[in-house]
Formats: sequence, C-alpha cells, structure tokens
Amino acid sequence: MANVIKIKKGLDINLKGKASDVLLTGRKSDSYAIVPDSYNGIIPKVTAKVGDRVRAGSVLMTDKNRPEIKFVSPVSGEVTAVNRGEKRKVLSIVVKPDAELDYIEFGKKDVSSLKAEEIKEAILEAGIWPFIKQRPYDIVASPSDIPRDIFVSTFYSAPLAPNFEYIVKGQEDDFQTGLDALAKLTPGKVYVGVKKDSSFQVAGAEVVEIEGPHPAGNAGVLINHIKPVNKGETVWTINPDDVLLIGRLFNKGIADFSRLVVITGSETTERGYIRTIAGCTIKSLVDGKIFDGSEHIRIISGNVLSGHKANKEDYLYAYDNQITVIPEGDEVSEFLGWAIPGFGKYSVSHTYLTWLTGKNKEYVIDARIRGSKRAMIMSNEYDKVFPMDILPEYLLKAIIAFDIDKMENLGIYEVAPEDFALCEFVDTSKIEIQKIVRNGLNLLYKEMN
Amino acid sequence: MKALRNYLNKIKPNFEEGGKLSMFRSVFDGFETFLFVPNTTSKSGVHIHDSIDSKRVMTLVIIALIPALLFGMYNTGYQHNLAIGADPGFWMTFLFGFLAVLPKIIISYGVGLGIEFVVAQWKKEEIQEGFLVSGMLIPMIVPIDTPLWMIAVATAFAVVFAKEVFGGTGYNIFNVALVTRAFLFFAYPAAMSGDQVFVRTADTFGIGGGQVVDAFSGATPLGQIGIAGKELIGSFQAVDVLGNPLTTLEMFIGLIPGSIAETSVPAILIGAVILIFTGVASWKTMSSCFIGGAVMAALFNLAGTTVVMTISPIDHLFLGGFAFGAVFMATDPVTSARTETGKYIYGFLVGAMAILIRALNPGYPEGMMLAILLMNVFAPLIDYYVVESNISRRLKRAVK
Repeated sequence: MANVIKIKKGLDINLKGKASDVLLTGRKSDSYAIVPDSYNGIIPKVTAKVGDRVRAGSVLMTDKNRPEIKFVSPVSGEVTAVNRGEKRKVLSIVVKPDAELDYIEFGKKDVSSLKAEEIKEAILEAGIWPFIKQRPYDIVASPSDIPRDIFVSTFYSAPLAPNFEYIVKGQEDDFQTGLDALAKLTPGKVYVGVKKDSSFQVAGAEVVEIEGPHPAGNAGVLINHIKPVNKGETVWTINPDDVLLIGRLFNKGIADFSRLVVITGSETTERGYIRTIAGCTIKSLVDGKIFDGSEHIRIISGNVLSGHKANKEDYLYAYDNQITVIPEGDEVSEFLGWAIPGFGKYSVSHTYLTWLTGKNKEYVIDARIRGSKRAMIMSNEYDKVFPMDILPEYLLKAIIAFDIDKMENLGIYEVAPEDFALCEFVDTSKIEIQKIVRNGLNLLYKEMN
Repeated sequence: MKALRNYLNKIKPNFEEGGKLSMFRSVFDGFETFLFVPNTTSKSGVHIHDSIDSKRVMTLVIIALIPALLFGMYNTGYQHNLAIGADPGFWMTFLFGFLAVLPKIIISYGVGLGIEFVVAQWKKEEIQEGFLVSGMLIPMIVPIDTPLWMIAVATAFAVVFAKEVFGGTGYNIFNVALVTRAFLFFAYPAAMSGDQVFVRTADTFGIGGGQVVDAFSGATPLGQIGIAGKELIGSFQAVDVLGNPLTTLEMFIGLIPGSIAETSVPAILIGAVILIFTGVASWKTMSSCFIGGAVMAALFNLAGTTVVMTISPIDHLFLGGFAFGAVFMATDPVTSARTETGKYIYGFLVGAMAILIRALNPGYPEGMMLAILLMNVFAPLIDYYVVESNISRRLKRAVK
C-alpha cells in the first residue's frame, strides 16, 4: 500500500470546457520554435544561424553560464529565423520542418548498465536536460548538482488539466525507463505522486498517493509533504510527460519530442488530445477548434492559473501540454458589479450569491481582474489555498521587501510561482503574486550565485 | 446603462494626464470604477480571478451594519419618547431617530471622503473604498447628542493622522473609526460622557418636541454601574431612563440608552452572521473576544469587591459597546492580528482587556474602545511571535 497524502487546503475551480479522453487531429504545424522565455534561470546563447540545416536533436542554443545545457531542435529542417526583441533579447528560434523528420541517432542504451555520469551525458546531449527543474529557485537544474531526491507528480490537478493516465497509455515502458534513468541521478529516491485510487503502476520509485483539491498535484506540495527542502539542499522536479522524453531517448535512441496536448476551455468547439511535437505553433493546435470570428478570446499555453497568454502565431511553451481558451472579457462593462447579488459570479467567498447555485455548476470565467489593485487588506485568504507548512502572506511580504534572511526562514527555497497561483486567484487585493515570487526567486538566485 | 458607459467614455479624455480636468482624475477614476467594474484583463500570472474585490468586501460590511444602524435609529426615537413621555407610534419614533442620525452620517462621509479624494488626487492614486466602512462606523459609535462639528473635526483628525500618514487604506495601524471616537472622548470629554448625551431630549428638525418627564435620567447602564458605591454590592440594579429596573433580556434586546448603534445584541449578531458566512470577518477573532470578556468578568465575579466586579459575564457582554466592538471593530483585518493563531490570542485579549478597563479604571465606564486600540498596537507583536514559531519549527526540521 502506498503512502497517502491528504490535502485539505486548496480549490478546484469547476470551469466549463473539460476535455474528454479522445484523440483529435490537429493541423500540421508549419514551423517549430524554441522559446527561451519558457525556461527560467538560463541565458540563451544562440548557436544556430538562419539558413542552417538541422536534424531533430541538433543544438540550436545553449545556456551561456552552463554551456553543457543544450536546447535542440525538435524537428529536422531549416532554421528560418532568430527573432529578437528589445535589447536583442532572444524571443524564439524558428525551424521550418521537413516533410519527413530526420532524427540524430544517439543510440539505444540499457539504463541499468549505465553509470550516473553517462546518463547525465546522454540527457544533456539530446537536449532533454532543460526539462529537469530544480528547487530552490524553480529553474533549469544544474548538471553539476547531485539532487537529494527527484519528484515527479503525475497528478495534474490544475483546472481543466490533462489526465496523465490517458497520456501515458501505450508508453508505460518509456515512463518506466525514464524513471529508472532518473533514479540513477540521485542518491536519494525518486518519488512519484499519483492521484488517489489510480491504477498507475511503476517500479523502482516511491509511489505516493495524493488526494485533495488543486494544488495537490503540484510538485511543490508533494515535496513539502514528503520531505521539504531545507537550506543547502537541492531537489529536482520533472513533469511526467517529460519523463517520457528521457525514456524514449534510451529506448529508441532519438530525441523524440512528440507529446499529447490537451485542448480545453469554454471557447473551444472540440476538446480532446492532439498528438504533436514540442514547440509547435498554437495555430496548429487550435485552428478549427475555437469559435470563428470571435476577437474577444484569450488563448493560453498551459492552464488558466500558471499558463502564458499566447497568440495563434506563438509557439507552445516548452513545459506545456495544455491549451486553454477562455473569453477575454474586455468588452464587458458591468454596471455596479460590486453591489449586485451576483448569482453567476464565481467566488470562493460567499460574498456573491453564487453559492446558492450548487456545487456542480460549471463556470465560464473570463480574463478580467474584476477589481483594482489594493494593499493587502484581507487576512487568511492565501492560507486557505496554500497547503504547505509555510505562511504565504509573510513569505510574500519578505519577498517584496527582499529581506533574504526572512525569505530563507519562511521557506522561499521550497516554492515555485505556480504554488502561489491560487493565492493570486482568490486575492481580494488583486496583487500579481506569481510575478512577485518569480522576481524574488530570480533576484535571490543572482544574489546567492 | 450603455448610454452612461458611452458618456463616460466620451468625457474620459478630459481627465487623463494633460486633459483640462486632469486635476480631478482620481475622482473620475473613483466614480468610474464605482459605476462599472473595471474591465482590465490580467497581464501576468493567473488568467482568471475570483469575483471578490475590496469594494465588494466593504459593501458587505455596510450591509452587515444595517440592522444595527436601523435599530439604533429606532432606539434613538424610543429613548427620546421615554424621556418626554410621548408615544407617537412606530414610524414617527423611527423617523425621529432617522432624522437625528442622518446628519451625522452625512458629516462623517462628507469630511472623510473629501479628505480621501484630495489625498488620492495629490498622490495621483485611485480613490480607495476603505472609508466607506469607517465613515459608516463613526456615526454609529458616538452618543446621539454629539455636536456635528465635533464629529467633523474628529473624523478629519482620524483620517489624516490615523490613516493617510501611514499610507492609506490597508496600511493603518489603528482602527480609523475608533481613533475618531477616542479623539472625541479625550478632546471633548464633557460632550462624550455623563448622563446628558446618550438620550436626545430636544426635538429634531421640529419633530418630537416636548417636556422632559421628572423621573428621567439619561445615564447608561454602564454609567450607573461606574458610579455605584460599594454599599450597593449585592443590591445594585441597572435601570432604564425612567428608573424602572432592567432585566438581562432587555439589555440583550437593546432598548436602553447608549451610543447610537451599540445597544442591540440581536441586530449586531445578524451582522456577525453575515460577516462570518461571507468570510469577510474572522469568527476566530469574534468568538475568542467574547470568551475573553466572559472569562475576565467571571474572574472579577470571584473577587467581587466593587459593583462592577459583581456584574455577571452575560450582562457585561450585552452592555455598552462590547458586542459591537467584538463584531465590527476587533475584526478589522488591517488592524487586527493576521495570523490564524494570532487571531485567537488577539480576540481573547481584546475581550479580557475591555472588561479589565471597565472594572479597574474608575474614569471610564466603558473599556471596549481603549481595549481594541491597545490591542491594535500589539497585533503585529502577536503575529511576530506566531511567525517566529513557524520559523523555529521549520529550522528544527532542518536539523533533524
């Protein structure tokens, strides 16, 4: 019997637009791109030039400070653009794919006979390393570190999130191989969080069942409840979808970045999973699946809480396996909205009469902030949706003041911005909490290194 | 509503930077967001937001205050009628009270919001809604015969020195309404205490004129308790304005003299239920405040060396501003303890301190106001120790 972690604090936002476990066909993506903004803690150094011929697995850029971390092309084809923004910041490196993909052969390997160094080398070489993240700082892990433990949460608990059990179907071997490889990289354990009562089976890792509302499935919550990160310790986290990449690398010998992306949200006409390759265009995923002619929609790469706003012309962010489409809401002007009973307005508090409409109602929530920014007035809002032994309000204040001692004492090393997403959702004062946490982590990383 | 929206859109450019009315920009913004929920959409972080905002929170507090306010208005008329020995019927009684209270509300809002508007424009910020609640609380916690100019002066003092100098809504250390009350209390003691101010004996706008009856005495029950000598231990009996004995039930219902909205426990409890159910105020602070008061009163019962020490815990909680303070003042999230454990401690100490002041301080028959202001000072300290205990628990974990 596996360990069970019961999470009480949190919130499942019952959004309209759930996907069922069906496979849809997407359009063909006419370009693929690496978007450096997907990754935290790296400084991109572009090595490919426009016009270069690349194969799937060819290096497009590296991290300036840790050049062993490589970012590779997910497809074979021609580099058509290196887009830059202000101060020559790299926005994307675009590859136009060949009709038939040509993969670099890294060679099939038997994980059980490999040493840790060889596994590390192989993952780095194939450009899969950036998918491994570390705590503290929630950045791309350092290959030179030896993590205390590695955490994989297969329970996507965010609103409308994909179902990993569906994703992994038929790829169980790759997942197992991936876990075996990861297990060699740590002297500690690989912890795999699974949704309670799931039939999911893995060997060679510590399986922990999780029960409860979002953010129960966040790696941060898993870590905090199993073995929290103390100062000086490093743990790694990786999404289960990306464990599959590692598995495929050793089983098939190629960097195969194909993945299932779930299309969700109230503004979609068709919902389900699309098989595609990381770095594809958003257009290839959503075309024909959202209401035509609607300008007032918001496409999100990722989920509504921690995803990124995207245009059709943008590319799927590296870690994402979900597209959510919701109304933008910028055309709505609501008269005396703070005073009306508000039967249909979603609120965790009972301040609107929505609670009368029952628990199973599905909500369409648009992207409006629904209020103006204020100082922190209400207390205990964040605690209710923050299931860790951390005082979120005080940690946040320490980050704003950038008081390093306090941040350390209050648990900055254990958190990622996504762990604060629900705090930001429920916040009466409409403070941009995830942004504050991200900036705090970045500043702290600079200060400490 | 569309026409109004279009009109606002049309005149908006005048108020933007460089427009001819840009000096009223904050006022315009304030009214615009008051009329229409801003339709700004999120730029970073979460893409969806809970519908709650601070305007909604303040609105709910106002709604929760309404039962106590309406009862206060009726009671104002009722006490007046007792004093002049008249019975003009329910509606006239209420009308008298309504007319007596309304100018105070107008003055409080006028002065307070006026200062807020000016400060917001000066700081080039949006007008915030924090004063909506304070401005309602102020007229509710003063005696009915407080002169309007005093309310104006005190409100101005409190808004400027208890709120704006600290940075505005959300940054104040002291509860703004209570600072107003404290200012009145210490600056104009004669007008704020004694037998003459809690029951209006004169007419209001010509309504309810009459001769005060002979038996009349306007002392509040707490006032009577405060001046009762030791010889009355065991035989003390609080009386109404005509000298008839008051039962505990009457103290609970609240048709007794006192500050405008503080007397009726049922009306206050309706507000408490609204606040707790909507999640706007903390039940932890509230309940531990009542417990703290009851425990302290019970302890004094054991000593029992003065009349006030012999008052039963139940009577203590029903009398004066205790219930009102516990429900509406102690729970102010900005000035009370913010940690969950801290709320229990904070509430308990507010309740205990209020009874302590009542019992041991001969100068002030009522202790709630001073107890809450005092604990406002200690709230950050309480939180500090709660946070420290979290830190040391986390440090121990690392050593293990």
